[in-house]
Amino acid sequence: MRYLLRRLGFLLFTGWAALSINFILPHLMPGDPAQVMIAKFQGRLNPQALKALSDAFGLTADKSLFVKYLEYWQRIFSGDLGFSLTYYPAKVTEVLADAIPWTIGLVGLGTIIAFTLGTLLGIISAWKRNSPLADILVPTALFFNSIPYFWLSLLMLYLLAYQLEWFPLGGGFDVFAIMGIWDKVGSIVYHAILPLTTIVITAMGGWLLTMRNNMMSVLADDYIIFARAKGLSDRRIKYKYAARNAILPSFTGFSMALGFVIGGSLLTEVVFSYPGLGYILYQSVISLDYPLMQAIFLFISLAVLLANFMADFIYAILDPRVKEGGE
Amino acid sequence: MKRRGDLLDISALKVVFYTYRGVIKALNGVELWMNRGERLGVVGETGCGKSVTAKSVMRLIEEPGKILSGRLLFEDKDLLQIQESDLRQIRGSEISMIFQEPNSSLNPVMSVGFQIAEVLAEKNKTKIKKQYPAVAEMLELVGLDAERVMTMYPHELSGGMAQRVMIAMGLAPKPKLLIADEPTSALDVTIQAQILELLDQLVREMGNAVLMISHDMGVVAEFCDKIMVMYAGNSVEYATTEKLFKNPRHPYTKGLLQAVPRIGRIEELKAIKGTVPDLVSPPPGCRFHKRCPHMTAVCQKEHPSFIQVEDDHYVACYLFGNEGGGGH
Ligand SMILES: Nc1ncnc2c1ncn2[C@@H]1O[C@H](COP(=O)(O)OP(=O)(O)O)[C@@H](O)[C@H]1O
Ligand SMILES: [Mg+2]
Repeated sequence: MRYLLRRLGFLLFTGWAALSINFILPHLMPGDPAQVMIAKFQGRLNPQALKALSDAFGLTADKSLFVKYLEYWQRIFSGDLGFSLTYYPAKVTEVLADAIPWTIGLVGLGTIIAFTLGTLLGIISAWKRNSPLADILVPTALFFNSIPYFWLSLLMLYLLAYQLEWFPLGGGFDVFAIMGIWDKVGSIVYHAILPLTTIVITAMGGWLLTMRNNMMSVLADDYIIFARAKGLSDRRIKYKYAARNAILPSFTGFSMALGFVIGGSLLTEVVFSYPGLGYILYQSVISLDYPLMQAIFLFISLAVLLANFMADFIYAILDPRVKEGGE
Repeated sequence: MKRRGDLLDISALKVVFYTYRGVIKALNGVELWMNRGERLGVVGETGCGKSVTAKSVMRLIEEPGKILSGRLLFEDKDLLQIQESDLRQIRGSEISMIFQEPNSSLNPVMSVGFQIAEVLAEKNKTKIKKQYPAVAEMLELVGLDAERVMTMYPHELSGGMAQRVMIAMGLAPKPKLLIADEPTSALDVTIQAQILELLDQLVREMGNAVLMISHDMGVVAEFCDKIMVMYAGNSVEYATTEKLFKNPRHPYTKGLLQAVPRIGRIEELKAIKGTVPDLVSPPPGCRFHKRCPHMTAVCQKEHPSFIQVEDDHYVACYLFGNEGGGGH
């Protein structure tokens, strides 16, 4: 219990720090972001709207930093993150709400598939460490783990979508067709296959190698040979003893990866023009959409912190040694 | 071949380890036998193959090791010939084992009660939960507060407590043979005596045979009916405890016994010059000949076979009318 309370305290503190930095950063940037915005939107928005925007975002110069800081917290707690400049008159929260399901669907699923497959193959390649299968799996994993993501994704996009036309060039679904619900689902799946594959291929190798290493070191522990001396079946030893204990370190990495899912896979979404958070983030950066940018960063940091906390929490359930160490 | 022990009879057991340094000839024709309910001590310097022998009994030698040849009779079955699935019926129920490092032999993420219950469930083909009453009884028997220890995890146990848990786990299935590989070596001196006494008392009540492995001649002398002396992967002398102490035959045994009163442990063999040979390229013939004060020409050619010199007394040495040819 004490361990969890401490982790919770840590979560609150880091959350506060991350949000405060998120507030401070635009104020530290060279030039006045408010001026940049105003210059950018001059003539496109009416002056009142512009004033409202920079007010809402706390960038107007006539208030003290501290007052702005308090207003910032007030806005966060009321869920009002202002308007997006790029997608005006859409609110930032609306833009995020549109993007998040795409990212969670694609990157979240990709991460889960990559972790599951990689970990299973890691278990197999460690358990039968001298089999032909292990001899193939390990160098293959190393290879895919080390090729640059953008290179692989562009290559696949060029070959499979552009040349062979098996897959669409980008997007989340076919925006021009008018479809029934099942056709729409089909279209979403069809659009997701290629980006999903690139995510799984590049992320899987890392999980495989990590799990294999953990598993090899657990297999050399005394309690594994003792488990055999106890007459337990190979199956039980492999999963309940070896894999169960070897997965603990991988598990932390997995929770972190899930946290980073919210940030989207920037490269994936940009390469495949996928309408998720990563793509939106990219758009907001190139168009200097500070409110949107700030909101996305806020989201990413909170997701990572929360994932971290959940990882600690679940780890404490899975490994009885942790609670002691934390006291 | 004549049967020597009605519970266990190992002959000509050879085990090797394939390492980057070369092939380690760890066991070079080990001979070892036991009767039901008997206590046999196996002694020898560190690295002479005691643990490998113990693991071989349950065929627990793993890569890079391999059991090359030999015969390993347990009651009427040759454990080197039977299927792995049949072997599993014997492991943990007919033969069980206690290791030197009790804490690291327990699974760190499973509670003590669960780990013991698991063995019983495996043996009796029941659900694990059904075994908890039996587990509690066993924990009380080894002098632990069952209710408390049951739900504890290995890292919460002291070395002495952990070894009691191991003993509970080893004896719970009422095995015919308990193999204890240096059960007290990793413990404090004061706790060593307690653990030995506990083991002595429980085994006396339950009637299990015990194969006690130790590099401490004192421990073995106190605990065992018979003693097997090993040297560099060979059985060199076997006798009742009394005969071995009164009338040791093998020059190596004599050296060991001279070392006993002064240091108790045989890590430092002041009485015997030289060191244990490297098992990748052991000397030809008797592996002890380089250190032996009675070495003759024949000792360098062939390993002496293990022959009987009187009732319950065997020795592998050319000083005792040996024709040679053992361990090849
Ligand atoms: N897993 C292993 N890999 C390589 N060599 C081993 C292994 N286990 C044991 N050996 C070798 O076998 C020999 C006997 O070891 P062991 O039976 O552990 O000795 P001890 O009598 O101290 O218990 C030693 O020379 C050791 O180097
Ligand atoms: Mg040993």
